[in-house]
Amino acid sequence: MTPSRSLWHRPGAWLRLAFGLLLIGLLPQAHALTPQEALAISSGDTDARIAALHKAAAKPDPQLADFLHKLLDGDVQIDGTMVQVQQGDAWIDLATGKAVTPSDNAQGVVNNNYVRKELQSARAALDLFSPQRTQRLKAVQQLQDDPTSVDRGLVEQALKTEKDPEILQRLQLLHAAILLSSASAADRLAAAKELAASNYPAVRALLLSRLDKKDGAFVESSPLVRTQIEKSLAEIDGRLAWGERLGTLFSGISLGSILLLAALGLAVTYGLMGVINMAQGEFIMIGAYATYVMQSLFQHYLPGYVHYALIAAVPFSFVVAGSIGMLIERTIIRRLYGRPLETLLATWGISLVLIQAVRSLFGPQNVQVDNPPWMSGGFNIMANLILPYNRMVIIAFTVVVLLGMWLLISRTRLGLFVRAVTQNRPMASCVGVRIARVDMLAFGLGTGIAGLAGCALSQIGNVSPEMGTGYIVDCFMVVVLGGVGQLTGTVAAALGLGVANTLLEGVAGAVLAKIAVLVAIILFIQKRPQGMFALKGRSVES
Amino acid sequence: MAAILNESGTLVPPPRVQLQSPTAFLPLWGWAALIGFLLLATALVPLLALALPQGSSLHLSQYWVGLSGKILCYAMVALAMDLVWGYAGILSLGHGLFFALGGYAMGMYLNRAMNAASGNLPDFMQFMQWTHFPWYWVGTEHFAWALFLAVAAPGLLAFVFGFFAFRSRIKGVYFSIITQALTYAAMLLFFRNETGFGGNNGLTDFKVLLGFPMGTAGMTVSLFVASSVTLVGMFLFSRWLVRSKFGRVLTAVRDAESRVMFCGYNPLWFKLGVWTVSAMMCGIAGALYAPQVGIINPSEMSTSNSIEIAIWTAIGGRGTLIGPIVGAVLVNVAKSWLTVSIPQVWLYLLGGLFIVVTLYAPYGIVGLFKQWRAPRAEQRPARPPRGTRKLGAALRFLGRTRRG
Repeated sequence: MTPSRSLWHRPGAWLRLAFGLLLIGLLPQAHALTPQEALAISSGDTDARIAALHKAAAKPDPQLADFLHKLLDGDVQIDGTMVQVQQGDAWIDLATGKAVTPSDNAQGVVNNNYVRKELQSARAALDLFSPQRTQRLKAVQQLQDDPTSVDRGLVEQALKTEKDPEILQRLQLLHAAILLSSASAADRLAAAKELAASNYPAVRALLLSRLDKKDGAFVESSPLVRTQIEKSLAEIDGRLAWGERLGTLFSGISLGSILLLAALGLAVTYGLMGVINMAQGEFIMIGAYATYVMQSLFQHYLPGYVHYALIAAVPFSFVVAGSIGMLIERTIIRRLYGRPLETLLATWGISLVLIQAVRSLFGPQNVQVDNPPWMSGGFNIMANLILPYNRMVIIAFTVVVLLGMWLLISRTRLGLFVRAVTQNRPMASCVGVRIARVDMLAFGLGTGIAGLAGCALSQIGNVSPEMGTGYIVDCFMVVVLGGVGQLTGTVAAALGLGVANTLLEGVAGAVLAKIAVLVAIILFIQKRPQGMFALKGRSVES
Repeated sequence: MAAILNESGTLVPPPRVQLQSPTAFLPLWGWAALIGFLLLATALVPLLALALPQGSSLHLSQYWVGLSGKILCYAMVALAMDLVWGYAGILSLGHGLFFALGGYAMGMYLNRAMNAASGNLPDFMQFMQWTHFPWYWVGTEHFAWALFLAVAAPGLLAFVFGFFAFRSRIKGVYFSIITQALTYAAMLLFFRNETGFGGNNGLTDFKVLLGFPMGTAGMTVSLFVASSVTLVGMFLFSRWLVRSKFGRVLTAVRDAESRVMFCGYNPLWFKLGVWTVSAMMCGIAGALYAPQVGIINPSEMSTSNSIEIAIWTAIGGRGTLIGPIVGAVLVNVAKSWLTVSIPQVWLYLLGGLFIVVTLYAPYGIVGLFKQWRAPRAEQRPARPPRGTRKLGAALRFLGRTRRG
């Protein structure tokens, strides 16, 4: 098959060719360590060695970095004027790269503490350009401890090439620290100005530390620079406050979306059908376990695609929870329509049975549902604002489910029937709606959505047989607050509760916030017993 | 008695209006059962538990007596629940809260008594490094104040909460759900260490009650006797309450609130009254419960506990007073037995009971009993006339209502 093996059909070969050309292009510019430099760095008196080191280390040079590593590890010796490095068991001449036999007067390089410190800084500075992320991170961490030891030009150069966000952030901070501790006031002024654009809380702390007093005098001697630092601080604070506000809003919306997802199913069964389903939390739990089952199936049969188990689990959890719901509707709930308090008790019984059934099947402990890699990590918007991907996926998922439900209720025949049965059951029956079937499908829809919620919640919390009970009070609060039978109300109530809870949490702590929200709801229902978005009507409620 | 003028101008006493036929306060068998129960509880149990030697086959163990006392406390809560649910149609999912409040009031006294006897502060205060009891513990070293608190705290909370809830005419499922939220909020509050009630662990380490050491056989039996006497007292009180005019209006509110309103009654006060009384009864039950169990902690306020109270009531039979007591005893005996022997079955059984009772026995065990007796009652010969039997007459005299 000659044609297919030609260069045109082998992208790998093209890549290799391109990489080779690139290397050739780069080579002449690359600074290579000369034997003279190596000798100057490794022998002579301390000051001369350090001067040579600074001269050589002004530019990034992988060879020099390698040499410094060896020097610090004690793998370098001087034989006359020949610098030898140890590789494995053999000694190699640095100049020729050939193995040599060391003569009797070969001496290992001895580094005193002063030189060692300089060598370490230089090595760290050069390691900023290492291809390995861990090495770069380690280097920048080391340099942050002593910012004065590193050459500013090197850091600026590293800033240009660095791609990793964490290292980049640390590098910028390092750069700022170098600038601020510069000896010239003009440099410091420029640095203070430049740092106003920074978004990192650590830069703020650094600037603040410059305003401190030490032994009666300011750390920052120039008043001009001090004013600039204060101005920059105000700018940074303003932006950080925005980041914090946005962060609170985001976690509020995130909590709200979780509440909404959990309560949407209840909004169908309670809001539309008037069935008090105390087992709603257990359908959430069933959805989460369905996700776990799907993950286990993938691990067993399709281990290569295990990251996509979650996608398969979405319809699966809907179907599993929905069919169990329909089964229960057929056998139990059907007989209790119009007797809300009895329904409440019977569904509580169902919830106990479901919890124990899951315990018998899967054991009483938590099960592990893994986050797929495409959902871990976060989107770094600001220095103090990282939006985790899993929360964002859940928000998006909630929007999709909400949209789907809205379309189903408002645009489909089933939705029309559901609304008809909700508004006037006998009349709907008279005009030929099969209300028994509509009831079953609507209940299945409600429990299926709870299953979807469980699938999403398995990504952010524990999956255990009791997980559903934790959501049930919140869900009822959302539905009652929003107003029965009102999707808009449910959405507004869920988001409102989520944001209120998050805001209060910042002030009063998690438990008190929850109590405050519950008390507020109780008071709110006093004022508007029908919820926020009540249907207006004139009927005397019986 | 005010006299009125008749058409001819003479004063005559007003006609006596017979509101209802004079039925006995309790039927004959009811009195017999009550007296039998009291005899059993106040004479036989102490005798069997204390007087008989350990090895005797008739000896009652301390564990058994303690368990029975605990179950009697549950029966009181079920009775209180029946007043609001069975007679006023208000399903409360917050009765666990009132029960726990009573328990906490007694627990505070018991902690103070322990502190007075040994000089040690309760563990949780040592843990929080508090050297003084917080201000709201003031007076709890007096037993009478603790008893008052056990009734007043749940009563006040119920009154305030109920006033707002009933005034805005929250009812049915809405009411159930917000009582549940109230209980949940209280549970979260009591779980906090800073609240000053022992956080997670609650109040425990009870050593002395009224100067007598706790945990002895004598103390267990005394508490059991106190519980059974209280239960009988509560039953008689509840019976009186539901048969009074107040109780009649309450039942009317349950069945057709709007009509009662149109007749000129304000349902608020009737519902609020029974709701507060019921909460107070729960408080008393809790106060008796805490020393018998030796601990009171926030888990008593959990949602599931409150719902379980409702199921005791439903299983026994709502609106019968005796039914909830039977239900509470049966369910709890089954629970104590099953959770030890086959724990994994218990939840299936409890859940199954919820479902089966609501589906097939809406009037509970007492309802089933009545259904079973109803056809036979028709065939039974008429009762012998009054006064034929001396005991019967005496009991009936006791049981006659004042209006009768």
